[in-house]
Amino acid sequence: MSVPRAAQPPAFAEDGVAAPGRGLVDQPPTAPRTGWRVLPSRVVALCVVELQKIRHDRTEIYTRAVQPVLWLAIFGETFNRIRAIPTGSVPYLDYLAPGIIAQSAMFIAIFYGIMIIWERDAGVLTKLLVTPTPRTALIAGKAFASGTKALLQAIVVLVFAAVLGVGMTADPLRLLGVAALVVFGSAFFSCLSMSIAGIVLTRDRLMGIGQAITMPLFFSSNALYPTSVMPGWLQPISKFNPLSYEVDGLRGLLIGTSSRLALDFGVLVVAAVASICVAAALLPRLAK
Amino acid sequence: MTDQIPGRRESTAVPTTGPAGVPAIACTALVYSFGSTRAVDGIDLEVEAGSIYGLLGPNGAGKTTAIRAITTLLPVPPGMVGVFGNDVAKRRMEVRRLLGYVPQQLSADSGLTGRENVAMFARLFDVPRRQRGERVTAALDAVGLREAADRLAKTYSGGMVRRLELAQALVSSPRLLILDEPTIGLDPIARDSVWERIEEVRGATGMTVFVTTHYMDEADQYCDRISLMHRGTIRATGSPQELKASLPKGSGTLEDVFRHYTGDTLEEPTSGEFRNVRATRSTAARLR
Repeated sequence: MSVPRAAQPPAFAEDGVAAPGRGLVDQPPTAPRTGWRVLPSRVVALCVVELQKIRHDRTEIYTRAVQPVLWLAIFGETFNRIRAIPTGSVPYLDYLAPGIIAQSAMFIAIFYGIMIIWERDAGVLTKLLVTPTPRTALIAGKAFASGTKALLQAIVVLVFAAVLGVGMTADPLRLLGVAALVVFGSAFFSCLSMSIAGIVLTRDRLMGIGQAITMPLFFSSNALYPTSVMPGWLQPISKFNPLSYEVDGLRGLLIGTSSRLALDFGVLVVAAVASICVAAALLPRLAK
Repeated sequence: MTDQIPGRRESTAVPTTGPAGVPAIACTALVYSFGSTRAVDGIDLEVEAGSIYGLLGPNGAGKTTAIRAITTLLPVPPGMVGVFGNDVAKRRMEVRRLLGYVPQQLSADSGLTGRENVAMFARLFDVPRRQRGERVTAALDAVGLREAADRLAKTYSGGMVRRLELAQALVSSPRLLILDEPTIGLDPIARDSVWERIEEVRGATGMTVFVTTHYMDEADQYCDRISLMHRGTIRATGSPQELKASLPKGSGTLEDVFRHYTGDTLEEPTSGEFRNVRATRSTAARLR
């Protein structure tokens, strides 16, 4: 027997029964999105979920703010005083603030894969995969949901930096650029995390790898110091670190230091898209 | 595999089709292996549109694998599985739009309210914005969660979470509702209430329900037709009455039927991956 050819499924409730279903709308959505329009709709859906979750429980935003606050208030203030790091005419605290914003956003994103492993164990992932959502759209949705979360985190750090007296731009266009950089940076790091999740498949291993890579990513970037003062062997490595481009762009937009904005945006967008594709390709391993 | 296959011939004896002549599910010699383990070993299934169809068997019988093949989660070759005439290998997205799926594990998001949980699936199924609120409310109504809709799902009892998951699956008005062990770990009252909702919705919308369970009494009470699955194959198919009448003494329980056709009892788990067992147990624990 072969599978019969596609046919219209039988219509529901032909006799128009309304009683026990209690008004359950019994027609499927009439205009399903197809093609490229699926992607933005899924991204919005998953970002909304992220925002709703944060609205119900803001603890994480505050507890995660502790570390960046310490970096700025203690490390930043101290190094500001001793002037050990050559940052030109920019006070060190101002120089550091964009680096810490990028770092705190990265720290959130790099453990985002834990969520997908939890969703796998809880059956949520299979349920999401049975919706009309292509794998790339699902991963892109998760990536930008992580970006949303990171953005809220960035706002907290930004406000604290302003309280410490860091002189930052108030130009809405520049701030929009800041938001975009944070979102694309987080999309990249969360996809890196989800890709690792797709390879190691367990939470414990992912935690281990996450711990192992966050500091190297942080120290091999220009978040704390200019790349020019790095050891010679580290300088080329920092060129491959997307965090460096995120920090460079943030610094240019927020503090007004000279930066290569087009390159920074270009690298982050390409990195985010590429990592979405890699994570989507690894997703079937999690869905098994 | 085993040589006791007396029921297999019966399974294809009475083909049933829906009013339009297209079965809700048609599996033809469905085979699926994980490495060298053949989880599903050539099953033929035809599920009449509008019926409640039960797939029964112990843990490790291959029920979940069969469901995963039907829900497009496993790559199966063309011609093996059709959903309302759509080949799952070729028309994956179309098939998904016809499906509502409730996995075995508890998969509602505890950090969201009931309404938000359902709205997420409305978005993922492209329910237009102006219909969304109405449909979400209708789905919550249909499972009796109107009062609790704006509470966080973490405050729900096990039975309520199951009903919430049912609402998530119903919000897109699926033609085919697939439930993997919907009442596992629930107390008898919660089990009845879940089944009552399923029956009501089926009565109101005429949707097809495909359910796996290892509770024989539930299958007996609620299913129109049953297939008994054991070690990857289907041993017998029929209505509960037909199956019981087919026993040598002409009557008995479904338990007796299962023993008759498989030479095995239901309690004896034949396999089951560690992860699945752990997930099932943790589901049961959370439901207590």
